[in-house]
Amino acid sequence: MARSILHVDQNCPDLVVLPPDMAEYIRFSKMAREIYANYTDQIEPFGLDEAWLDVTGSAAIAGDAMHIAQEISNRIKFELGITASIGVADNKITAKLGSDYKKPDAITRIEKDNYKEIVYPLPVEDLLYVGPATKEKLRRGGITTIGALAEAPVEFLLHRLGKMGVVLHTFANGQDISPVQNTEHIPTIKSVGNSATTPRDLISNDDVRLMLLLLSESVCARMRELASRCTVVELYVRDTELQSFIRQRKLASPSCSSTELADMAFALFLANYHWEKPVRSIGVRGSGLVEAFECVQMSLYQDDQRRQKWERIDATVDEVRNRYGYMSLQRALIYTDPLLGRINPKDDHTVHPVGFFAG
Amino acid sequence: MERKKKYVPVIVRFEAEGKLRPLMIEFDESHRYPVDRVLDIRRAACESVGGVGDRYTCRIQGQERYLWFEKGRWFVEEKACHAYSV
Repeated sequence: MARSILHVDQNCPDLVVLPPDMAEYIRFSKMAREIYANYTDQIEPFGLDEAWLDVTGSAAIAGDAMHIAQEISNRIKFELGITASIGVADNKITAKLGSDYKKPDAITRIEKDNYKEIVYPLPVEDLLYVGPATKEKLRRGGITTIGALAEAPVEFLLHRLGKMGVVLHTFANGQDISPVQNTEHIPTIKSVGNSATTPRDLISNDDVRLMLLLLSESVCARMRELASRCTVVELYVRDTELQSFIRQRKLASPSCSSTELADMAFALFLANYHWEKPVRSIGVRGSGLVEAFECVQMSLYQDDQRRQKWERIDATVDEVRNRYGYMSLQRALIYTDPLLGRINPKDDHTVHPVGFFAG
Repeated sequence: MERKKKYVPVIVRFEAEGKLRPLMIEFDESHRYPVDRVLDIRRAACESVGGVGDRYTCRIQGQERYLWFEKGRWFVEEKACHAYSV
């Protein structure tokens, strides 16, 4: 059972909690990719710590797939000091099953000769794209293993799950034909934004200022998770007649300070909105993201120390909230309007993972 | 033997093509070690004290020693409670 860190703290007084270091994850991910690039240029990352490699064209030079897998495994251990789990197969879905099959330091080959033996007994939710809802629908149809899914009549799956049923049937049979997409290291995220249709319409500058602060906090927290800063601030406003507009302005230097984003968005609002109608929805977006650990071009005129101080304060707020919950630390301004202030724009917002079918 | 990560000042020559050639490790005020030869450079994880970077295998006073370059800083594995004897 998952427990909040707060509860664990009380039971384990000696527990040492270390914050995740996103910049370090990205550094290791890049180093792993440099190893992969020695064997193929067909590399498709799946998140930060997984990737598909098509080594079909490299066999003549680098040896067969199992040999390449062994070399990559050895090099990751030697050069990065960590272990890797690798699946070798003739398609992406089966390769992923293979990499999950045995951890933390293993190479699993799944091909026609051993496919049924290894894959058929696995629980159906091990298959990529069988989430809790699909698993439940399949279970009610008597399907709990990948083998049962593979041997189920397609018409039955089409009826139960629609088009996705047919796709999952081919996946279960190891017949995924999607190519390994040669994509960037991390699907480069260009912007982070958040908007809200508020519990009541916004009728004053104070209302708008409060919402912009709330939204900026969530946008900046997410930028910090991504170890990035934005160079452009974008404001989105929609009134009660559902008329909307977007305005943006460039920052003097990259920032992930919520106060700075909120100030900029508020300035854009004051300059562009004339209160002919109340506001129904409002949003803030940071775009033109740059990696935070890269050198920031220092501005000669801006007060960079002041910005760094605010970013440190924001990062501390993140830490307190991670530990004690979002509501544990709030701006006093939030309490001027409990209805608007109660929104938790970061956690109430579903962040969708990068899709298998994207791109 | 227990070891710990010790960051050290290093005098380095930047070659025209961008290669780094460590010339002298300043272990402490009274111990400065000239790097006689660099025998090998490769990326490696340092198992004993942690860290990942470019590992320079250096010949120093007739012995082979590792010198790591990680995120812009140089470090060596220091024998705990001993001087860095070479």
